[in-house]
Amino acid sequence: MARKHFRYLIIGNSAGGIGAAEAIREADKEGSLAILSDEPYHTYSRPLISEYLAGERTLEGIYFRPADFYEQKNVQPILGKKAVALDLAGRLVRLESGEELTWERLLLACGGKPIVPPMKGDGLEGRFNFITLDDARKLRPALKKAKEAVVIGGGLIGISLTEALVKLRIKVTIVEKMGRVLGAIVDANVSRLEEARLKKAGVKVVTGHTVQEVVASADRPEAVGGVVLDNGQKITCQILGVAVGVSPRGELVEGTDIKKGRGIVVDRHMATSHPDVFACGDAAEAYDFVYGVARLTPIWPNAYIGGRVAGFNMAGKKAVYPGGTAMNSLGYFGLPIASAGLFDPPEGNGYEALSHLEGEIYRKVILKDGRIAGMAMVSDIGRAGIIFGLMREGVDVSSFKEALLSDEFSLASLPEDLRKRRLSQELASPISGGGK
Amino acid sequence: MKRVYSKEEVCIACGLCQVHCLVAHSESKDIIKAYKKETPRQPSRIKVQQKGSLSFPLSCRHCEEPWCVYSCLTGALQKDPESGIVTVDAEKCVGCFTCVVACPCSAIIPDFHRKKAVKCDLCPHLETPACVANCPNQALIFTDGATPVGTKVVAETAAGR
Ligand SMILES: Cc1cc2nc3c(=O)[nH]c(=O)nc-3n(C[C@H](O)[C@H](O)[C@H](O)COP(=O)(O)OP(=O)(O)OC[C@H]3O[C@@H](n4cnc5c(N)ncnc54)[C@H](O)[C@@H]3O)c2cc1C
Ligand code: SF4
Ligand code: SF4
Repeated sequence: MARKHFRYLIIGNSAGGIGAAEAIREADKEGSLAILSDEPYHTYSRPLISEYLAGERTLEGIYFRPADFYEQKNVQPILGKKAVALDLAGRLVRLESGEELTWERLLLACGGKPIVPPMKGDGLEGRFNFITLDDARKLRPALKKAKEAVVIGGGLIGISLTEALVKLRIKVTIVEKMGRVLGAIVDANVSRLEEARLKKAGVKVVTGHTVQEVVASADRPEAVGGVVLDNGQKITCQILGVAVGVSPRGELVEGTDIKKGRGIVVDRHMATSHPDVFACGDAAEAYDFVYGVARLTPIWPNAYIGGRVAGFNMAGKKAVYPGGTAMNSLGYFGLPIASAGLFDPPEGNGYEALSHLEGEIYRKVILKDGRIAGMAMVSDIGRAGIIFGLMREGVDVSSFKEALLSDEFSLASLPEDLRKRRLSQELASPISGGGK
Repeated sequence: MKRVYSKEEVCIACGLCQVHCLVAHSESKDIIKAYKKETPRQPSRIKVQQKGSLSFPLSCRHCEEPWCVYSCLTGALQKDPESGIVTVDAEKCVGCFTCVVACPCSAIIPDFHRKKAVKCDLCPHLETPACVANCPNQALIFTDGATPVGTKVVAETAAGR
């Protein structure tokens, strides 16, 4: 069987993989480098599959890097091929095609796979996930004949799918198991504001329920005709979107010595328990600075920055991951939301929440021992970055905490030394000890 | 690289840097037209930060390791490897504003009307950025000096404590 050797092998052609490839090429222009993905496409921006579905962007329009990226960076893309086995002793990855790739340093930037809740009658035509470009491409023609859709999951991915469907004039009902939408990333106040926007756009939101059964269409028994909820309620639909979320894709390390919790566990250098195997992004449990432990923090920036740190270390330049946390900026249905970290203070233990709500304007910070452990801003998100920066650096904000929520909050509100640091070039870097 | 630094001792918060930034990034480059005719108006990429008698303008630091670039969902934000200038490709930008949350200076301005992120580009079409050229108090300087004001002050403050 064909066997190829690379100094660096990256599995995953998305945020994490590209972050690593770019860092490797800053540190090592020559070492052979391949990026493998079972998706057959040029690197694209996963969050933009919604814009693609809505017809607002073309395939080229969602490319994450220019079309000549791989040539420019001297990277060999191996696309549309799946890795099925990892042999650590032989430093080898086996592909479904039978080909074998050997490596000196390996990065697992494998991302996540869709979570699909068990439903009676599942498996009919018209049932889609919404994680990949292929999902969006398959959905597109199916939508031509559809009038109604049910979207399971009122989280970020579900609302993203809903927005695209609404733009295409499909009537959408969101079915969310929790009591409110976006319940994994924001508090009840923010959920309420988002739900109001959804309703205004004609979206029905059913919370606190799950889909128990998928029923076939009366005239086309192979296709979805509707769903039945756990309370017996029936909803007619021709499209069923499953958008519950992703779980880490860790199948390659299954049965190897590489340590895995919910995701592949990495240290602050993004190295797994094997010194030459690295991991990042949705596949990995990496340091979360809010919790002070390695956790899943499946967002795009964390994947890219984790990949960058991994890339430097793979190329022999020490770099340290500063940590990431769940941070999101959403603009669905025209409502800007910036959020990070905790959204409600846990009981006791010295947590304090400060908030201010006025119409659709909302600001909230959660403090723990003087440090910011969570933030949310709705509508006016212009200064969210200053607050998130303080949070990331673990700055004690006790002396100016009231200012954080004020209309006039700016860098001028910060203590002098900190303010001067922000104005200089000495910003804390996403990668300490990195590149240069 | 050359960057824009501010001197809070001489800034009087007149806001002219903001006015001239807006004009420099308008279609017409004409102050009257930029304000009266071009709607929605371009946001200024530099913002006067103010608290009591303290004021200073702030624009992008063009960081060595830019959080914004590494956080951008689409690849619209890039740091030019030669010039070091961090720019937004408006074509690629989808206005998700992840970069707005990522920048520790809040130097990226969300333009909600156009659904685009905007930021200081150091006025590539001008010799000196418009904010610097038009500050009546010389509170802004454009330099690659070894001891840019900001850094020097930090060093002094640190030593004085
Ligand atoms: C609809 C949607 C909207 C989103 N919106 C946002 C948002 O607004 N903000 C945000 O921060 N994040 C958002 N996310 C999350 C973000 O896309 C992910 O956090 C990010 O893509 C993770 O990047 P990654 O590199 O870890 O993995 P992925 O992007 O998942 O890429 C992993 C790649 O590896 C490939 N792969 C895996 N295993 C193998 C194998 N064995 N062989 C070959 N190839 C393999 C996969 O096919 C895939 O191409 C969104 C996600 C979705 C689906
Ligand atoms: S926008 Fe912010 S993070 Fe990006 S380069 Fe400028 S100052 Fe740095
Ligand atoms: S708003 Fe534009 S520049 Fe900013 S992260 Fe989103 S796509 Fe990138």
